[in-house]
Amino acid sequence: METAAAPAAGRSNASAAWRRFRRSSSGVFGLALVVLLTLVAVLAPVLAPYDPHTTSRAAFMPPLAAGHVLGTDNLGRDVLSQVIWGSRVSLMVGLAAAATATLIGVLVGALAGYLGGWFDELLMRITEFFQVIPRFVLALIVVAFFGSGLVNLILVIGVLSWPQTARLVRSQYLSHKTLPYVDAGRALGMRKFRIMFMQILPNAMGPVLVVASLDVAQAILLEASLGFFGLGDPNLTSWGGMLNTAQTFIRRAWWMSVFPGFGITLAVLGFNLFGDGLTEAYDPRMAPR
Amino acid sequence: MAAEGGGNGLALYALRRLINAVPLVLGVVVVNFVLIALAPGDPVMSLIGEYPAPAEYVERVRQDFGLDKSVPERLWLYLVNVAKGDLGFSFANRQPVLDLLLQRLGRTLVLMLSTVVVASTVGLFLGVIAARKPGSVTDRGATGFALVGYAVPEFWLGQILILVFAVLLGWLPAGGFRSVRVEYTGMAASLDMFRHMLLPMAALSFRYMAITTRLTRASLLEVMSSQYIVAARGRGLSENTILWRHALRAAALPVVTVIGYNFGFIVAGSALVETVFGWPGIGRLMYDSIYTRDYPVLLGILLFVSMTVIVVNLITDAFYAVLDPRVRY
Repeated sequence: METAAAPAAGRSNASAAWRRFRRSSSGVFGLALVVLLTLVAVLAPVLAPYDPHTTSRAAFMPPLAAGHVLGTDNLGRDVLSQVIWGSRVSLMVGLAAAATATLIGVLVGALAGYLGGWFDELLMRITEFFQVIPRFVLALIVVAFFGSGLVNLILVIGVLSWPQTARLVRSQYLSHKTLPYVDAGRALGMRKFRIMFMQILPNAMGPVLVVASLDVAQAILLEASLGFFGLGDPNLTSWGGMLNTAQTFIRRAWWMSVFPGFGITLAVLGFNLFGDGLTEAYDPRMAPR
Repeated sequence: MAAEGGGNGLALYALRRLINAVPLVLGVVVVNFVLIALAPGDPVMSLIGEYPAPAEYVERVRQDFGLDKSVPERLWLYLVNVAKGDLGFSFANRQPVLDLLLQRLGRTLVLMLSTVVVASTVGLFLGVIAARKPGSVTDRGATGFALVGYAVPEFWLGQILILVFAVLLGWLPAGGFRSVRVEYTGMAASLDMFRHMLLPMAALSFRYMAITTRLTRASLLEVMSSQYIVAARGRGLSENTILWRHALRAAALPVVTVIGYNFGFIVAGSALVETVFGWPGIGRLMYDSIYTRDYPVLLGILLFVSMTVIVVNLITDAFYAVLDPRVRY
């Protein structure tokens, strides 16, 4: 299915991909959302008008009241500041978990696809297992047992999210390993691992990045869901955690529900659209499914 | 076993899929076992939960699970227990975990199945009208809906629906699964439950509807350019006949697989939505069990849900094989 047989063609390939990416309006919109999210997360200390943890006696202030643009929560904390700081948790967990998942997925997929045989069979069974097991329930239990600190969240979400990447990488390796440039490498006496990760991997990276971007979106969603179940990092302000608190006061303070949810939705939408744009850039034939 | 007729082929295929599922089921049980073994503190405590259980019971659990024995022996004992349907005892609810799950199952199933039916139907419809004129306003609208629907977290959507339809407009109840003040019977009771189910169902449907819309649109566009559709056009059939009679049949197939593939996600979504609406199903039970540290229930749910996902996948696979003549078994 992959016709581009050329070994990594470097810069010109990347700039052609960027040109195709720009043509995808949803991709550009997604990129804009991702950049916005990143800016908010990085500049949180500057942007947030209040400390997100500081409580005050001005509880349940509606939006625009007394200098609180998005109101205050049940403990008098500024909702806008919480939303701004919450972006950090989402972005960090999203990126780090997706990176973990991509790393595992690439390793598993490359080994299975290139080495083949019983090893492939075994790895694919394991992959299938991870696809079947309900991610949310398992993540919930692990985090409930072993604590819901940031690192735990990242590891759990990452370790439960790699199957799609593994399958994709495997199929890429299956089609690449018979191509002439790989044969050439073999004939030159290159070692297996060098062929796998220095030769083939760069050519298989495009679709992997697409899936990685979608993984970030799913990781953000999963982290928010765990947070909503009260299993976020207890020391950090997260959008899911805010919605957990908001649930209790839903009849009293609508603003506690409304704003954090916009954060989650826009972040997830951003990475999903960005992924669509990447699809356009790397494999126009596969463009938005 | 010599396969002669075509029916035998299907049976063999089903058998092979069934055999393939065995390691998955075993894997799920083993993961549960490992979780219990790794759980912080005394494994007996994580089986019982942090409840003041009578000492004799603690001792019995210790023996039942053979905690003085070697790991392989313990794993075997655990497998036997699970096979017997013994998923442990919930002290928070004072009943066996399996009973508790079965008791809650009905309400979760009602919610999930109606969601699957509504979301697939609406999603299929939206996908078709979008694919009819690619690039049109309708198409953009449906595609945009699909994109946003896929990004909105169910639990937040649930809260928004409560704010609009229960708090602001007062049209529908904000939670629970029946009215507490009035005792309805017969038809009125069903109607009452339906009114309580509307919002959770809407919240849960959105994401799934989005997936179906996007998938139907994509597979229809692909089918519409295939040769037999061109041939049908050549025969002078109207666009509507081609779309609804010929193309949709082929395009609906991936939608069927998506039901199986996304079943796990619907379970997760249902847990979140049940929590928002206080719908007393398995999901709500999960939420409560975290707060009461009722670990046996959580582990029981993991086992139960994993098994269900495996079974649903088997069923959709078989369904697909029957529906699509091109599938080789």
